[in-house]
Amino acid sequence: MSTPALRLAHDPALGPAWIAPGQVSGRGAGGPAPKRIIVGYGFWIFLLSDVIMFSAFFAAYAVLFKNTAGGPSAHELFDLRNTAAQTAVLLASTFTCGMASLAVGHRSQKWTQLALLVTGLLGLAFILLEIREFTGFVARGAGPSRSAFLSSFFTLVGCHGIHVSVALLWLGTMMAQFYAKGFRQDIRHRFLCFSLFWHALDIVWVAIFNLVYLVGSLPPELLP
Amino acid sequence: MLGKLTWQAIPLDQPIPLAAGALVVIVLAVLLIWVAAKGYIPYLWREWITSVDHKRIGIMYCLLAGVMLVRGFIDALMMRSQQALAFHAAGYLPPEHYNQIFSAHGTIMIFFMAMPFVIGLMNFAMPLQLGVRDVAFPTLNSVSFWLTAAGALLVNISLVVGEFARTGWLPYPPLSELTYSPGVGVDYYLWAIQISGIGTLMTGINMVTTVLKIRAHGMNYMRMPIFCWTTLASNLVIVAAFPILTATLAMLLLDRYVGFHFFTNEAGGNAMMFMNLIWAWGHPEVYILVLPAFGVFSEVVSTFSGKPLFDRRSMVIASLAICILSLCVWLHHFFTMGTGGDVNAVVGIASMIIAVPTGVKIYNWLFTMYGGRVRFSSAMLWSIGFMVTFIIGGMTGVLVASPVADFVLHNSLFLVAHFHNVIIGGVVFGVFAGYTYWFPKAFGFVLDERLGKAAFWCWLVGFYVAFMPLYVVGLEGMTRRMQHYDRSEWYPWLVVAGVGALIILCGIALQIAQLWVSIRGRAQRRDLTGDPWDGRSLEWSTTSPPPAFNFAVLPNVTSDEPYWSIKQQARARGQLVTPEPEYAPIEMPRNSPTGFVTAFFAVVTGFSLIWHIWWLVILGLVGAYVTFVAFAWRDRHEIEIPAAEVARIDRANRAARAAALSEEPVQ
Repeated sequence: MSTPALRLAHDPALGPAWIAPGQVSGRGAGGPAPKRIIVGYGFWIFLLSDVIMFSAFFAAYAVLFKNTAGGPSAHELFDLRNTAAQTAVLLASTFTCGMASLAVGHRSQKWTQLALLVTGLLGLAFILLEIREFTGFVARGAGPSRSAFLSSFFTLVGCHGIHVSVALLWLGTMMAQFYAKGFRQDIRHRFLCFSLFWHALDIVWVAIFNLVYLVGSLPPELLP
Repeated sequence: MLGKLTWQAIPLDQPIPLAAGALVVIVLAVLLIWVAAKGYIPYLWREWITSVDHKRIGIMYCLLAGVMLVRGFIDALMMRSQQALAFHAAGYLPPEHYNQIFSAHGTIMIFFMAMPFVIGLMNFAMPLQLGVRDVAFPTLNSVSFWLTAAGALLVNISLVVGEFARTGWLPYPPLSELTYSPGVGVDYYLWAIQISGIGTLMTGINMVTTVLKIRAHGMNYMRMPIFCWTTLASNLVIVAAFPILTATLAMLLLDRYVGFHFFTNEAGGNAMMFMNLIWAWGHPEVYILVLPAFGVFSEVVSTFSGKPLFDRRSMVIASLAICILSLCVWLHHFFTMGTGGDVNAVVGIASMIIAVPTGVKIYNWLFTMYGGRVRFSSAMLWSIGFMVTFIIGGMTGVLVASPVADFVLHNSLFLVAHFHNVIIGGVVFGVFAGYTYWFPKAFGFVLDERLGKAAFWCWLVGFYVAFMPLYVVGLEGMTRRMQHYDRSEWYPWLVVAGVGALIILCGIALQIAQLWVSIRGRAQRRDLTGDPWDGRSLEWSTTSPPPAFNFAVLPNVTSDEPYWSIKQQARARGQLVTPEPEYAPIEMPRNSPTGFVTAFFAVVTGFSLIWHIWWLVILGLVGAYVTFVAFAWRDRHEIEIPAAEVARIDRANRAARAAALSEEPVQ
């Protein structure tokens, strides 16, 4: 990348050199990173912090897991068929979200909107399945106020559900922006963040699926 | 319609908070009327409230911190005077009021004084030191600031509408649960901290991204000024720790609002889990505060000793070691929990190990001064005062880090003396050093040194007089947060401590006088060269105050101390002003009211959540969402400053600088 003029600028013997913005790009000592990198990087840091927040809820769940206070335990409550359906729609939505990224890459308004719409509908199905599970628990007298275990369960899984709901709101806003403004650079950057968010929620769900639902469905004698 | 809010919420029967609140309201009203009458509102809106300039936001953070320092200090004076009076007597503060005061003092001093002050300094200085135009996400930066201000506003509203928490600065359950704290005090605390905590988290994300991704050409990691390194370390800890705070307070909110059982006595709740979670944030928090202060001292000691910092590499390693260790020692806040000897021993040793990297830093500063031409300006005095005071605080810290000793000292005034020793001696002296050091860069004139030094001596002496007695009464068994007592051997020490608080009051009064005198006489104190202290890093290479774009052309860094080497080379050539560069148009982020409007809705939402006004909660949340969409819908995010305009500003600056420099002999 470096031009002869630039090499001159590097030579300390010639004294302080000044470089016009945009003349150089690179890593480390190569000056400010391009906008796309900055936006993506910042969003990764946010995701990191979000995962730490989830880890606090996971920790609370682990501590309170056995504190059922005479109420129902995980083994008695969980219905893995509902969880399987939730997992299926959420993983499928990750695939369609990836399709949306490809469509954005091809600047295809039609396919972008379609893929995002399917993603949103699958996300909505996930939320509805979760609401069905939660209301079922409450109807059986296993609401979040029943025991510390259920408080932590509803909070951990509900926090993921709220994330998905907020992501749905974001998705709708994204669709409207693509429709109204086209594939402008800043909107593509936002979409990059959105898709990172959506995939991250999938990863958190995989942890919930394993640590909450699969472990919780084990017969109590198998648990430590 | 208005939830729990009735006229009973105004404490008409309590004269002290009512009078204080009325005074604040009157002062604010007079200030607003004065601003409006002078026609300053458009200026304030355009240049400050909607500004996304990191320098302006940094200054507003420091201003907020200064105001909150006064508020928190008034609480401190009330506590010290109450304890000086309440020997065999009731004193003048009833217990429920006294409990609110110590809770508010801690909350305000940590969240709304120390945090905004260090974040303000980082915001102001870090992009300048990195040689760039702004932080990674300028509008987000403005949102962060205004959310912090929203939290501060909520805490202060509690003075006149309702009450504040009586649970201490960390609301330990089960006391903070609805059963034992049915009032709105804890809710004020929780929502204020949640709102400002989100702002802090976004600051953390913003600054980590800035330091790692936006630096001047040639500024590789080992060339970054130490202040930027400690900013990075501190903000990494923010990103790692603040989500835990958000989660923990969310759990307590769920307990209080919808009857969950995270920390309750009933239904399997576990109150000790709160202590674990809150300190998993709370201990890192003290390092979030002190690391940037360490960075300030590194800059100040190096500049005023006229030497490069001794062994930068070990300074960087020490900062990052503290960054990691800070996350491993939270359990030393409750050795008495009963986890057993093994766990306590591990955490005790880990806590003591933090003294090692900190000691490395102290030696680095001392070796930087050794053999240097030390100038004892007030910024340097704060730094030396810090080194002495912080070593004492650190040593008592190693004492309480020992589980055996901690079982005796736990919850005593010895502990209170210890953490004030490190927080005042470390963080407060640090932010004051930074304030004095960067003030001319921010405003273009230097602060009055005579008053600054007087303020330093009052603070230093006042600190020792106020807190050394607390070590003594702590060893004599006095627990913290006592509204009255009847042990005669404590009484004289607490009177002395009260006198110490009055000496600190003189220090604060002198600082206000210093600001006043300096502003009045600013014409004579102009910093025309942009480099009043003979500085070494890039912020001194631009003018004071810097233009909105910081640097007319982005600097190219070729050494560890870029501006120092520029000056050395210029002196060698006998030519003080560098040849004029080629100017290009500069794109700068456009101003945005997003931060202010979001914070407005955050206050509305927080206030209505506290008072259970549910319809207003929904309105506030919808308003915040609409604000974000409106921001996202914006078509132009940047304004372009034409090359001719950049050239005009830069040429004027160069002319002023050349004139100022030609009056001084070249060293």
